[in-house]
Amino acid sequence: MSFLANLFGRKSSAPIARDRLQILLAHERVAGEGQSELIAKLQEEILEVIKRHLAIDQDKVQIKMDRGTGVSMLEIDIEVPEMKAREAKASEATDKVEQPEPSSA
Amino acid sequence: MAKVLVVTSGKGGVGKTTSTAALGAALAQTGKNVVVVDFDVGLRNLDLVMGAERRVVFDLINVVQGDAKLAQALIRDKRVETLSILPASQTRDKDALTPEGVARVIGELREKFDWVICDSPAGIERGAQLAMHHADQAIVVTNPEVSSVRDSDRIIGMLDSTTERAKKGEKIDKHLLLTRYDPARAARGEMLRTDDVLEILSIPLLGIVPESEEVLRASNLGTPVTLSNPTSAPARAYFEAIRRLEGEKLDVSVPTERKGLFDWLFKRSVA
Repeated sequence: MSFLANLFGRKSSAPIARDRLQILLAHERVAGEGQSELIAKLQEEILEVIKRHLAIDQDKVQIKMDRGTGVSMLEIDIEVPEMKAREAKASEATDKVEQPEPSSA
Repeated sequence: MAKVLVVTSGKGGVGKTTSTAALGAALAQTGKNVVVVDFDVGLRNLDLVMGAERRVVFDLINVVQGDAKLAQALIRDKRVETLSILPASQTRDKDALTPEGVARVIGELREKFDWVICDSPAGIERGAQLAMHHADQAIVVTNPEVSSVRDSDRIIGMLDSTTERAKKGEKIDKHLLLTRYDPARAARGEMLRTDDVLEILSIPLLGIVPESEEVLRASNLGTPVTLSNPTSAPARAYFEAIRRLEGEKLDVSVPTERKGLFDWLFKRSVA
């Protein structure tokens, strides 16, 4: 039937729907309802570790999830303050690690 | 031995109530003692689709709470004498249905009828859970469209985990009823293919009901489509479906488009 679809000059959308569903449901079946909780927990703990060493702004943290067929990616983007300043200092041996102030978030 | 059947979907608007009425009527037309039960408390519609809306006196809630006897609430269909309906109420009190009360009513219905068909409300909340709780079999009504398939998958998961049978470690028989199927769009590759839906949900196919103005006409009239136009394509699909429900091995006809008319051209075997 693809020749019909070509007449309309568009690729048929049904196979795309099928593939999207298969990927989505593969994840939902494995994860059940714990998935979002897991991500929230991961995010919280990862940020905690980073906060021990760096002062980070909560608003500058971006979290993305990309679920694929074989591999899923949890991407956490954190904007680190004064990175340029740090890099400049990195060449000096007397680099002090700043103690971050406890954030009141 | 009475069978309790739930008609469920997760998503709203896919055709649960229409299908409950049509399957219930079809089974009754073949001489079975059937009751259709509306579990959609607060938004009752089964009585309307069945044309019994003006005859409701007592309802499921009254029976569950002990204000009325089951026999007082059951409405016997005027067209098919072996068909009855137990309507839902308009109450908005979500806690009006108690698990104990529902268990008792289903038990009483099992003694009176061959088939107890429960029309589930949409969603995955308490009402939907109560509707499926006592089921021996389930029909998952699905449209060939992504959100409907996704919700059906969720419902299948619930059927396998939260129901009475699941808790006893027994299997609940599940069937897929594909509704609002548009042969023309399927042929153009604009609609999820039946095979794809079956592969994704991996439950056996009970039937394919084509999108049809006959279904709308039936609900306008308040007459299940198997009674309003028994030879129409959707009615034939429902008649085929009940034969499979009763265990008959029967190939599912896929409605195919032919110059704007539904022709049941080729046959396929049920997965």
